[in-house]
Amino acid sequence: MSATQPVLWVSNLSLSRGYRALLSGLSFEVCPGELWQLVGPNGSGKTTLLRALAGLARIGVSGQIKRPPRFLYQGHAPGLKGLLTPKENLSAHPGGHLSSDEGAISDALSAVGLAGFGQVPVARLSAGQQRRVGLARLWLNESPLWLLDEPFTAIDAEGTRLLEAQLQAHCRSGGAVVFTSHKENQLGEELAVLDLCDYGPR
Amino acid sequence: MNSLLFFLMVVTLFPLGLGPDPVVLGELAPGILWVVALLSALTVSGRLFSADFEDGSLEQLAVSGHPLGLCAMAEVLAHWCLSGLTLVLVSPVFALMLNMPTSAIPALMLSLAIGTLCLSLFGGIGAALTVGVRRGALLLSLLLIPLTVPVLIFGTSAVSEAALGYDSTRWLALMAALAIMGLILAPLAMAAGLRISLEN
Repeated sequence: MSATQPVLWVSNLSLSRGYRALLSGLSFEVCPGELWQLVGPNGSGKTTLLRALAGLARIGVSGQIKRPPRFLYQGHAPGLKGLLTPKENLSAHPGGHLSSDEGAISDALSAVGLAGFGQVPVARLSAGQQRRVGLARLWLNESPLWLLDEPFTAIDAEGTRLLEAQLQAHCRSGGAVVFTSHKENQLGEELAVLDLCDYGPR
Repeated sequence: MNSLLFFLMVVTLFPLGLGPDPVVLGELAPGILWVVALLSALTVSGRLFSADFEDGSLEQLAVSGHPLGLCAMAEVLAHWCLSGLTLVLVSPVFALMLNMPTSAIPALMLSLAIGTLCLSLFGGIGAALTVGVRRGALLLSLLLIPLTVPVLIFGTSAVSEAALGYDSTRWLALMAALAIMGLILAPLAMAAGLRISLEN
């Protein structure tokens, strides 16, 4: 059996925020096709860990992280320009995209339930709709690693089902996903769980 | 547009405040025009990255793998075209309103062109460092004013000397040196400042 290169590799990671130590001694690997969920109570450092994995948090982070050159990160903020429409945002997004083809973008918007909103400036959409436009990127992106912070927030039951299906499809085609969520999900046994309490400050 | 309106307001108010004596106004005109350019550059810089920071576009740029310094430079230069360059084009009108000798107008335009570029670059560095800070405008002013004082002095000296009939090339050369230094160092400084601001 050939060894697959891990997509994300973390060794002896310690995180602290301000003067508070959050995590220490965290080491793990994410290989292609794996679906990981970070769990832990509020304030345990899930968002900070995800930002450290994305390279956005560097102060207070010690240890080694190897990440792929292209990956997708979706944080709490939608990451969209309010004056542009969802279609314009998606076709001009700085993150790597599979295609800025009209059809693909319309399909992605339909997949998140925003089929008729392609031409409405994002600022006029509700907070939940804006988050969904941000998530539409998942239908347009083939990066090997997806880092998603609370992707299921403000998504209804139907949307949750579609999003779970998309995450599983991405993993089946060789991608990897690391996400955080407070909600119950139906992702089954393929889901690997990383409990941050196991790595709390010693 | 806002900086032009600001300029217009100041230029119409100063003669009312200082008295209509054309000689006095003509002598003070270089200083007035330059201070106004500096103040408008300061206020504009404060808003440079805040919209992108608030809506999350900045962090998407940071993880996208595109060089953050060059993206920031593109924003700064676009801002300069809208604020500084338009100021340069309209400055002869303001100079005439303040009774500045017309011989000094080319020096005025050139010094404003180079000087507003310096101010935009320094403003971009300050904005990159203060974008996430509450009441960052105050911190930004404190950071920027010492950096912008040389630009102010060189700019007013260039215009005053040209008004007196002397050659102002040496002042313009000093400002050009500052601008070149800014063009080279600002991308690095802005990228570092933006990454620090994105830490939270």
